[in-house]
Amino acid sequence: MKGIGPLLLMICFFLCTQKKAFSQSMVKIEGGSYIPLYGRDSAKIIVRDFLMDVYPVTNEAFLSFVKEYPTWQKDKVRRLFADDNYLNDWESPISPGEKISLKAPVTNISWFAAKYYCECQDKRLPTIDEWEYVAMADETKKDARKDSTYNQKILEWYETPRTHKKEIGNTFKNYWGVYDMHGLVWEWTFDFNSVLISGASRKDMDNDRNLFCGSAAIGANDLMNYAAFMRYAFRGSIKANFAVKNLGFRCVKDIQDPSKNNSSNHKID
Amino acid sequence: MKVYKLLILLCVLMACSSKSSETENASSNSVREVLPDMSIYHLPAKWHTQNNEQIELKDLQGDVLVMVMIYTSCQAACPRLVADMRNIESQIGGQLKDEVKLILVSIDPETDTPERLKAFAKENQMDNDQWLFLQGTEASVREFANVLAVKYKQISPMDFSHSNIISVFDQKGVLQHQQEGLGVDNKETIAKINELAGNG
Repeated sequence: MKGIGPLLLMICFFLCTQKKAFSQSMVKIEGGSYIPLYGRDSAKIIVRDFLMDVYPVTNEAFLSFVKEYPTWQKDKVRRLFADDNYLNDWESPISPGEKISLKAPVTNISWFAAKYYCECQDKRLPTIDEWEYVAMADETKKDARKDSTYNQKILEWYETPRTHKKEIGNTFKNYWGVYDMHGLVWEWTFDFNSVLISGASRKDMDNDRNLFCGSAAIGANDLMNYAAFMRYAFRGSIKANFAVKNLGFRCVKDIQDPSKNNSSNHKID
Repeated sequence: MKVYKLLILLCVLMACSSKSSETENASSNSVREVLPDMSIYHLPAKWHTQNNEQIELKDLQGDVLVMVMIYTSCQAACPRLVADMRNIESQIGGQLKDEVKLILVSIDPETDTPERLKAFAKENQMDNDQWLFLQGTEASVREFANVLAVKYKQISPMDFSHSNIISVFDQKGVLQHQQEGLGVDNKETIAKINELAGNG
C-alpha cells in the first residue's frame, strides 16, 4: 500500500500536467466602454473585465489538443465542423511536419475547432467587442484608433503576405501585455456571425431588409477606421466550418471572483 | 495513509471520468457510421423544449425538420417568419404530416424560457406535437446558427437583427434546402419537404 501511494501520486501528477500541455499564460484586460465600428443602437459598448491569452494558439499547442481529442485530427474531423482546408498544411494528422514552426500560430482552423479547443480548458473565444477592444491598444495607449500611424501599420500588415508563418511574439506587446493582435494572423471570434454586412455571396443584394430584420440599425460608426472595416467585412464573409490560411485564434476567460478584479496585471498560468 | 487513500480515491475518480469520456467517444463513433459527416446530429448541445423537456438534436432523427431562428419579443420580421412556417405546415401533404417536425429555435435564450415559448406556441396556434420550440444557451445557439449560416446580433436589450432563413433537413440531419428572405414564395420549400418526407 505504501509503495502504491507515491506511484499513484505520480500518475495523478502526470494526468494533471498532461491536461495542461496546451495551456498558456493569460493577462487581465480591464473592462471599459468604447464605440466599436459596428455597435448596437446605443453606440457605446461595455466590456467587462476578462482574461486573454497573451499569444495566439500555436501549432504546438494545437498538436497537444488533437492528440488528446483525436476527433479533431484532420483525417477524422467531421465536415460539418471543418472543411477540406482544415489543418491542410500539416504533414500528418498528428504532426505539423518540418516545414512548419511549432511556435507559429495555428491556422487553417475552423470556428468549431477553435471553440472546442477553448472550451476544453474552460475558456471561450472572445466576442468581437472584446477582441476589438483589446485590438485598439498600441504599446502605450488603450485606444490608439485616432493615431494615424497605428492604423497605417495595421494596413501595411494586411498587405504583407505569409505573416502567419512567423512565430508568436514577433509583433509588439500592447498596453494590456497581449502580443500579436495585429501583424501575424486574423483571429476567430465567438460571434463573428453577428456581422450583418450584405454581400454578393448571398441573395440579398437588392433588399437587405428582407434578409435581415432590423438591418437599418446596423451601420458603420466610423468609416475612417478602414482596418477595422476590413476585419468586420472579413468576418461577415466567412462560415464557421471554413479553414483559412491566415486565420487563427486565441482564447479568453471570464473572471469569476469579483474580489480578484482589483489586482491589476493579474497573471495566471 | 489517509492521504494516500484520498489520492487513490481521486485517481479512481479521474480514471472513471476519463473512461466515461472514452465510451462517449465510442458511442459517437457508432453514430458516425450511420450519420453523414454533414449531419446536424453531430452537434452535442442539449436543448429545452416548450414543454421543458431536455433533448439533443439527434433525438429528432428520422423526421424531416423545418427550422427557423426567431425570438418571441420580435416585432418586425419574426411574425412574418412564423406566418411563413404556418403556411408551410398547412401545405404538407396530409399523410406526410407525421414525418415532419417544424422547429423554432430562439436566438434569445435568456428571455425565451420554456414557459415563454409555450405561451408563444399557444398564442400562435402552434401548440401540438408537430411544433417544437427550442431554448439553448448563448454558445449552443451561436453554434447552431453557424450550421445554418444564420447571422444575428443583439442590437438593443430587446431586439436582435437576424437573417430570415428557413432551413429544411432530411431524416439524417443533413441540410437540403434553404429559403432566404421574407414574403418569398414557399412553393419550392414545400415541394422539398414533401419530397423528403415521401422518401422517408
